[in-house]
Amino acid sequence: MGQKGESLREEFYFYTQAWAVGYHKTPLVKDIRLRLKKGEILTLIGPNGAGKTTVLKSVARQLEPLGGMAFLDGKRLEQWSNKELSTRTAIVLTARVRPELMTCQEVVATGRYPYTGRFGRLSGKDKEIVEEAMELVHITGLAHEDFQKISDGQRQRVMLARAISQEPDLLVLDEPTSFLDIRYKLEFLSVLQGLARKRKLSILLSLHELELAGCISDKVACVKGGRIDRYGTPEEVFTPGYIEGLYQLAPGRYDWQTGGVELLPPKGAPKVFVLAGNGSGTPVYRRLQREGIPFATGILWENDLDYPIAKKLAAEVVEEKAFCRIGREKVDRARKLIKDCGEVVCTLGLEQAGELYPGLEEWLKMAELKAPSCRILGRH
Amino acid sequence: MENRGKAYGAMYLALFFSVLLLLALNLCIGTVDIPLGEIAAILGGRGTDAVHGGIVLKLRLPRALAAAILGGGLALSGYLLQAFFHNPIAGPFLLGVSSGAKLAVALVMVLFLGKSMAVSSGALIGAAFAGAMVSMGVVVLMSQVMDHMSTLIVSGVMVGYICSAITDFVVAFADDADIVNLHNWSKGSFSGIGWEDVAVMAVVIFAAFFCVLMLSKSMGAYGLGEVYARNMGLDVGRFRVALVALSSLLSACVTAFAGPVSFVGIAVPHLVKYLFRTTKPLVVVPACFLGGAAFCLLCDLLARVLLAPTELSISTVTAVFGAPVVILAMARRAKERG
Repeated sequence: MGQKGESLREEFYFYTQAWAVGYHKTPLVKDIRLRLKKGEILTLIGPNGAGKTTVLKSVARQLEPLGGMAFLDGKRLEQWSNKELSTRTAIVLTARVRPELMTCQEVVATGRYPYTGRFGRLSGKDKEIVEEAMELVHITGLAHEDFQKISDGQRQRVMLARAISQEPDLLVLDEPTSFLDIRYKLEFLSVLQGLARKRKLSILLSLHELELAGCISDKVACVKGGRIDRYGTPEEVFTPGYIEGLYQLAPGRYDWQTGGVELLPPKGAPKVFVLAGNGSGTPVYRRLQREGIPFATGILWENDLDYPIAKKLAAEVVEEKAFCRIGREKVDRARKLIKDCGEVVCTLGLEQAGELYPGLEEWLKMAELKAPSCRILGRH
Repeated sequence: MENRGKAYGAMYLALFFSVLLLLALNLCIGTVDIPLGEIAAILGGRGTDAVHGGIVLKLRLPRALAAAILGGGLALSGYLLQAFFHNPIAGPFLLGVSSGAKLAVALVMVLFLGKSMAVSSGALIGAAFAGAMVSMGVVVLMSQVMDHMSTLIVSGVMVGYICSAITDFVVAFADDADIVNLHNWSKGSFSGIGWEDVAVMAVVIFAAFFCVLMLSKSMGAYGLGEVYARNMGLDVGRFRVALVALSSLLSACVTAFAGPVSFVGIAVPHLVKYLFRTTKPLVVVPACFLGGAAFCLLCDLLARVLLAPTELSISTVTAVFGAPVVILAMARRAKERG
């Protein structure tokens, strides 16, 4: 290891080599190679039960590792004393805690435990740090509320404030956004990003929301099948088709660029043709999916807003390459589909549609639609 | 925070004075009527009536002090168990710890009394401690399997029944004059406690009390659960051993001198937590001790005077006051969980 070990120790606040973690001497995840610099955010993603929590708990030394090595701040993880470790690593878990008759402020103040004396009395400085931590996650107003009586989302933020007041260098969070609504999810992650950027905290967390993982992570590690399946920047990890494999989705179910997902398309030959474009088709596609009606749609350029969703939900998409004129054969194909379906939904203005589809009006007449500027199907 | 400190102070004073008041009442009230002035004189060392002096100084005073000290110890023991199991209705009596101690003490007594040997109070405490640790061990093992609050309590109660049954069995077979005392003792009573006993129990229980105070910071951390406690640098394994040992020692000491006393260990910590509106161990531990002392003094007084000259067993009285508190606590918890 020698020289290589030295440079790793200097470069990374936390790193592992051929690390194995698990319960009862049975390794659940093996050959773990994680690298985390100061001020970096590393996110674990992967299916339920893959062992994300086990990895996190082992990093926070809640579980004995089963092989390999982990280094924290230049020293073997197991060589730190409990007290030393408690001023370096703080943890936020999903498991509910039920402290009796404790106010939120008191819960946050437990983060000062490693710094206080025999009887745990808080000094002025301790109180300041607690105050500051609560401000950072916007829970100052909850200070004197009973911890048991606040909402799950608020509780999650209190636990983050607790961890912050512990003044760690490494913050370990297990699915911290699970109980939060969308506003607090974003706010929570912004706070984490601030901690990483401004206070140079290393942050290791697990997330279910892949799109958020893509936003916040400097590095992403994918846990699957007892190992780290992929490790790298979000750009390296979120490549077309990879996420479907990781979560065993059918190909094309996950939009690797937006993180969007759709339910399965209705089966069968298309019964409706949707004239769409520029995002106007999306609500109709989803409605048809809900009602179980197979449909075709077009003509969409590959860079149309409707395109990714159409690809996931439509039985057939008449498509054209981005920035190209619509080819004659595409128009013919669309006409054929309109004729076969017998029903048309036009989500575009008639004028616009007429330009795209020369002779459209005649076709619409054939389909007995006089002025179909926006006809939405009723229940069949 | 300032106001809270003052409120705590006021409640401590109230508790302290109720302990003093109840101590005084316990000295003054009894089957033999002794005028107040005479009691004051006796306590001041100016008593003239030797019989009355004996009653006050050799019977009532040690008994009252014992009730206060043991009551405090019991309440603490219950508080520790509740912290250990994260279970608000855990207590030495319900979890079978008292009964385990009782069984061990009964065995030792029968064994030695049968050979007409004197048994020192130290040996009794030792036996009780061993018994308490064994049944505590059984309950801890069971708690690994049954993490549900009520199943744990039910299994503790079962352990208690088994121990009590064996104790009854042992007592029934050893029919000796002394065994009558043993029988009374096994039902729980503060009677027949002398000054020597008071000295021994004071040493043991105050030492344990001091250790618990030293643990108060760790107990606060442990209140958030094991994971967070460990994350805060607490050696959870060692801390748990300390909790179990101290709790067993406290209830063993009580059992050795007064037999099993029910419900004090659960009811008092509850009353204290809801009176003080906090679970901060540094506040709750001394308050539990004072509360337990007051509670047992009151119950012993009632046990002595309600059906005088017949004495009720102490558990009869503590159960009447303590059991409803347990029910209330469970109802409150159920409501909070929704």
